[in-house]
Amino acid sequence: MTKAPITSKVQMPLLMVMAVFLIVVMPVLNMTGHIQDYTLNLWGKYLCYGIMAVSIDLLWGYTGLLCLGQALFFTLGGYMMGMHMMLMIGKLGAYNSNLPDFMVFLGHSKLPSFWEPFYSFPFALLMVFLVPGLLAFIFGYLAFRSRIKGVYFSILTQALTYGASLLFFRNELMMGGNNGFTDFRSILGADLRTGSTQRILYITTAILLVAVIFGCKWLTNSRFGLIQRAIRDSENRVLFSGYATANFKLFIFVVCAMIAAVAGALFVPQVGIINPSEMTAEKSLEAVVWVALGGRGTLVGPVIGAISVNALKSWATREYPDFWILILGGSFVLVVMFMPKGIVGIPAQIQGFLKRFKRHPGRLSKVVQTETEPAES
Amino acid sequence: MKQKPFLLAAEGLNKSFDGFKAINDLSFYLDEGELRTVIGPNGAGKTTFLDLITGRTQPDSGTLEWDSEHDLLKLNEYEIYRLGIGRKFQTPTVYGDHSVVENLILSMAGPRSIWHSLFGKVTAVQRDRIAEILKTIKLYSEAHRKAGELAHGQKQWLEIGMLLAQEARLLLVDEPAAGMTDEETYRTGELLLSLAGKHTIVVIEHDMEFVRQISQGRTVTVLHQGNVLCEGHVDKVQSDERVIEVYLGRKSKAA
Repeated sequence: MTKAPITSKVQMPLLMVMAVFLIVVMPVLNMTGHIQDYTLNLWGKYLCYGIMAVSIDLLWGYTGLLCLGQALFFTLGGYMMGMHMMLMIGKLGAYNSNLPDFMVFLGHSKLPSFWEPFYSFPFALLMVFLVPGLLAFIFGYLAFRSRIKGVYFSILTQALTYGASLLFFRNELMMGGNNGFTDFRSILGADLRTGSTQRILYITTAILLVAVIFGCKWLTNSRFGLIQRAIRDSENRVLFSGYATANFKLFIFVVCAMIAAVAGALFVPQVGIINPSEMTAEKSLEAVVWVALGGRGTLVGPVIGAISVNALKSWATREYPDFWILILGGSFVLVVMFMPKGIVGIPAQIQGFLKRFKRHPGRLSKVVQTETEPAES
Repeated sequence: MKQKPFLLAAEGLNKSFDGFKAINDLSFYLDEGELRTVIGPNGAGKTTFLDLITGRTQPDSGTLEWDSEHDLLKLNEYEIYRLGIGRKFQTPTVYGDHSVVENLILSMAGPRSIWHSLFGKVTAVQRDRIAEILKTIKLYSEAHRKAGELAHGQKQWLEIGMLLAQEARLLLVDEPAAGMTDEETYRTGELLLSLAGKHTIVVIEHDMEFVRQISQGRTVTVLHQGNVLCEGHVDKVQSDERVIEVYLGRKSKAA
């Protein structure tokens, strides 16, 4: 049988350990007081970024679509959840009005009609999927039908993200302008400022992350995954194998937009603020860096990348506020130069290095194999 | 002669690239079950002709009819593929990062929907068929190797295997012997001959010895400057003055 690459052999146990650690061990340690609420909350944020990173990997690592719009879908998901939470503040806001504060501040006296349904949590949740999904569908349909590929696709997604952020900066959109939404109080009746609510949000995020990874594993191991990677390597050939590649790309693009959106929807209650500065091309690019650092095309790698870069960032911005960006950039350059497969690729790299010493017997066994080939037909 | 409709009928095809007439008022007819060899010097328009059939390029004018009911010019690459027209490219084009088996699974005849790609299973019948193809193309022992690691000749065969997996009615085979040793070339010829009759095959080739091997008693079409220079039995073609002048002349001098 085929020899699986080392990374995938290590991956399954690694994944299980990661899952148990994130879903069970961390919250328990938090309850026993070994992990501060602040730290757990920070990890909740990292894991949201991790989910977004998986969606980028599914597009970039597996399908060859470098999308610079994932931060947009992430933020849109966050905004949808944010709208619901803004309405849940009720009269507790600074102006003691039923309207969100920013609307009162802008002199409005009536809730815009498109805000009304967001009183309902299920509706908001539905919109978390639908709004980014629909945007991805329309954009993807136009782009893939016109056979826009490679760097042109990246530039267009970046332009889309930029355009959307300009739109959201405007007060007329009634989405809070450059301040966005903040000052949330509760979600599903639970007080957001208590440790237990935050813990539940964290656990939800961790479970979702693991579920997304397993879902993506299943997807990439199906025939769909074969087609995905074939599109990445040689899209023209796939057309000549009878597949409508545009449809396959559109499907995965919409799925990834929704994955990023859910991550955003969980991000907002944990971080407590959402504004258009999350929606920029830089944010998307940063997420691409996490994926590259962790290991493209591995699903687990991007999560490790997202957590480690953000942990590094949290630490460096505290300790060396003046040059954390240099630290980040420097580590990225190092990875690109010396670890082309990212953090996850290190074991394989070491293995490959060791293999050079044992090369000779390896070749011999291959010769024997070809000689015993069944002499049929 | 029975009045059977042509499997493929091309009439009055024209295609130019930046003023260069790659295909010039080309007409070409193919019966079901034929093994047709197309020869011609470099730049005769052989590969461009395949590009037109498979929807990779649109002609400036002319018609292309399939099985007397489908207008190929209105269809795109994958729709043409689904009619049963398969193509092996001049340079072997396989999925290098996929294993040999995966290459065949991707090419397997069957539904091409997203739904099926997610939930469809490889059936026992398909599994047997893949094993059979692997033996036919002599890659059984390499089944789980990455296609990108195969030798050039093996890649050529894998691509032919992909056409077989597709169960294509028409195989368009562009220079199958390119870059092969004499022995490999001969075996490729045998393989194509064994497929003749079951499939309709168009072979584009340069190597005259190979052409003689596969075209015994069959029709050979000679293209020159985007047009059919001459068509007929291989012996007749070889003795045709014009053919010798534009193409074979150089070869026979060398031989």
